[in-house]
Amino acid sequence: MTDATLYGLCGAALVGLGLFGLIVHPQPLRKILAFNLIGGGAFLLFGVVARRGASAGLDGDPVPQALVITGLVVAFAATALAVALLLRLFQETGRATLRSDDSQP
Amino acid sequence: MPNSATAGGFLLVLAIVLPIAGALLSLVLGGRHAERVALIVMPTGVVVAVAIAATIWRTHSVLQYFVGNWDPPLGVAFRADGLSAVMIVTAALLICGIGLFARTQFPTPRGVEARASLAFWTLLLAIWGALNAVFIGGDLFNLYVALELLTFAAVPLVSLDGSAETLAAALRYLLFALLGSILYLLGAVLLYGAYGTLDIVLLSSRINAEPAAWAAISLMTAGLLAKAALYPFHLWLPPAHAGAPAPASAMLSGLVVKAPFFIVVRLWFDVMPRVPERTAAQVLGLLGAAAILFGSVVALRQARLKLLIAYSTVAQIGYLFLMFPLAIMPETGHPWNSVAWTGGILQAVSHAFAKAAMFMAAGLIAEALGHDRIAGLSGIGRALPTTVFAFGLGGLSLMGLPPSGGFVAKAMLLTAAVAEGQWWWAVVVLTGGLLAGGYVFLVLAKALADTSQPVTLRSRISQSRQTLAVAVALCAVLLGFVPLRPLELLQIGRPNTAVVDVR
Amino acid sequence: MAFDIGLAILVLGVAAWTIAARDTFAAVIGFVAYGLLLALVWVRLAAPDVALTEAALGSGLTGGLLLGASTRLARTQGSAAIDKPSAIIRRAAAVLCTLVSAGLGAIVLLLPEPAPTLAPQAAANLAATGLGNPVTAVLMAYRAIDTLLETVVLLLALVGIWSLAPDQLWGGLPGRRYPVDRDGVLTFVAQLLVPVGILVGIYIFWVGSIAPGGEFQGATILAAMWIFATMARLADSPAVSRRWLRLVLVVGPAVFFAIGLAGFAIAGGFLAYPEAHAKLLILTIEVPVTLSIAATLALLVGGPPERALR
Repeated sequence: MTDATLYGLCGAALVGLGLFGLIVHPQPLRKILAFNLIGGGAFLLFGVVARRGASAGLDGDPVPQALVITGLVVAFAATALAVALLLRLFQETGRATLRSDDSQP
Repeated sequence: MPNSATAGGFLLVLAIVLPIAGALLSLVLGGRHAERVALIVMPTGVVVAVAIAATIWRTHSVLQYFVGNWDPPLGVAFRADGLSAVMIVTAALLICGIGLFARTQFPTPRGVEARASLAFWTLLLAIWGALNAVFIGGDLFNLYVALELLTFAAVPLVSLDGSAETLAAALRYLLFALLGSILYLLGAVLLYGAYGTLDIVLLSSRINAEPAAWAAISLMTAGLLAKAALYPFHLWLPPAHAGAPAPASAMLSGLVVKAPFFIVVRLWFDVMPRVPERTAAQVLGLLGAAAILFGSVVALRQARLKLLIAYSTVAQIGYLFLMFPLAIMPETGHPWNSVAWTGGILQAVSHAFAKAAMFMAAGLIAEALGHDRIAGLSGIGRALPTTVFAFGLGGLSLMGLPPSGGFVAKAMLLTAAVAEGQWWWAVVVLTGGLLAGGYVFLVLAKALADTSQPVTLRSRISQSRQTLAVAVALCAVLLGFVPLRPLELLQIGRPNTAVVDVR
Repeated sequence: MAFDIGLAILVLGVAAWTIAARDTFAAVIGFVAYGLLLALVWVRLAAPDVALTEAALGSGLTGGLLLGASTRLARTQGSAAIDKPSAIIRRAAAVLCTLVSAGLGAIVLLLPEPAPTLAPQAAANLAATGLGNPVTAVLMAYRAIDTLLETVVLLLALVGIWSLAPDQLWGGLPGRRYPVDRDGVLTFVAQLLVPVGILVGIYIFWVGSIAPGGEFQGATILAAMWIFATMARLADSPAVSRRWLRLVLVVGPAVFFAIGLAGFAIAGGFLAYPEAHAKLLILTIEVPVTLSIAATLALLVGGPPERALR
């Protein structure tokens, strides 16, 4: 097994871990954390695909790597927006949860 | 299809650049200029949209453009076929109507910059640009970025009034949308890992029926269903669409929620044709049926008008997914597929106009009465007859009564269902129509009820805004004059199918 | 190989702790650590550009954002215990997630060999772009439309965050006012570190055309330095209604669009570069874009206006 495949399995496990955290935690802030974990796993899979595509003198396929950079930036913007919404909700209501009938995220 | 960039690509670029440049300009100029920029961009954007559709119709081929002159798979391609043309024109016309309607609600007075107004006009233009990017995107990752642009522009519109309920609704919308995005990305990485490209046309020639493709399409579809609020991922939609200001609700229900559906169509019909998918299509249809029945029944039980209309959106989205089991081509080819295809797209377009008109009407009623409780609507028919007329016209399309685009769409879906022997979908369509009739008449009966004393309006509603609502609803009605056969414009870019005459 | 196995196990362990930790603050600290370990993984995967981005943005700025949020929400910790899902749901979720991970892992193992790749095409066309870093070439040339739209996405998120402010605070200053402490350690360290950090940020952006680095990584470092400076009261956030701030935010995407449209005239296509001047044009785009993105990232962390304009 190459180290790329090893990290691919690691990425798959991260996705599962993050998904578990997303389902199981009621607080939105923990859900946002879990999202970032799932995202990290997905990006890791991109990195694995990039590493496996090393050829023509390059150590990795630059296209998936660039896609990950774009994805990281977009994920940060999403986290910022979600956190801002959550903090405003807290300011307005004093609570930081979505209503208790929130079964799935 | 020619493999080089075609003329008219400039128009495609303009369709994205114009609204987004307008949004940037609005942000910089701020204040009262935000609205002015939007008012200049709107008619220009309509011209561009019509030009794109005209070019596609005239040349009867797909408009293709390689951005930066880099060929896929290295570069990104824009592709506009008949389906894109129809959606681009729909978006342009609807956003124009909504923008004109919203001028009263989001004024930009001289000297002061109002938060809600600046946000509204900037986000409206951004939504438009994002929608066009979705409709012409030919690369799955480019579509991901366009979807994110759409989400970030749509979510703040939900919480524009700043109340706790809308903030919670916006946060829930964002969380669902993020889940959708991440599932979509997971599918995309599997596709790239297996086939080395994310270009739609190249993928369609490289893809095979194997676990990687199956998993990828399932993940991406699941993510897009969450964004499109198809049952059982619909939880976020009613509070979000009901809590947003009326023009924003019109955009959200009419256009924003159609974008993920559009990408599912691209995935299933353009990327996947070589992968057999009949059972999976039946599952999608089943979810659509569940959405229709569930959404309509819950709509009947709503006490607030905007929530009723929002649940109606949940139901009408279900019709869109009935298209999949009916239009998917098995190996042997099936002439009724093009009928179902036309019906599904027509449902998307006519619902966009009808639902926008209904939300506009509901917004006017809420402004006039100060509330939108259905029980308190008595007498509004006498006070705001034009508004209630707009609501009723929109309802025609929802119920599937002639003349309306909704009738043509549902009739085509019915015909295709019966002709292909999948009669169970016909039952669902008919039941959905009956239930829609139920909740539309619920509102109309209350609104047109006779009251002893005339109802007092809290604020004056201008006739022009009411007429705008009627005009938008009339677009849905005009679509009813589309002949009951596969639309030739929509067939541009589809693989050759036997076109059948439905009379 | 053994190192990689150890690193992978460590990453998974820290990630699991982030999920399992009871206290949100501890979970966020775990997340920052996880991000830094992930950056190491990226180095092992021969993706130094991504490693820089992950460390600075994914771990650094995101961690800062989440830490600030968890501090503000610390009071709500206790009430969350009531809403915890039942044991049945937790077990079902565990089963579901294990299946998802297993499925993904299986597909990773089944990926085709030799792997399809665009590296040859990317390398072959590198000379036409005048760049030495293939990742920058993808971002700024081959798939420039993605990068262009992404800068707009960032700006949109900022507009959305700003729109959350109450009406009376609109146009004001984002973020809290930090106490001034002229003789404090924080101010001292900031006065030393911020100029160095700015230089590092500019260097990393500049070198990105030929070596790992680039506008996003550089912009993140610049944004982090700005945030540090505001925390140490070396500077204060500008009001969001200031025209010059809006210009700074928009100049990057605007120049990107302008050069892209000019491409129609000078190179026959949107976002196309004439081969002789490709590198110059790309750098001309990158400078304002770095500035805009740095400002946008810093303001994204700042949040909606919380102090009214005086």
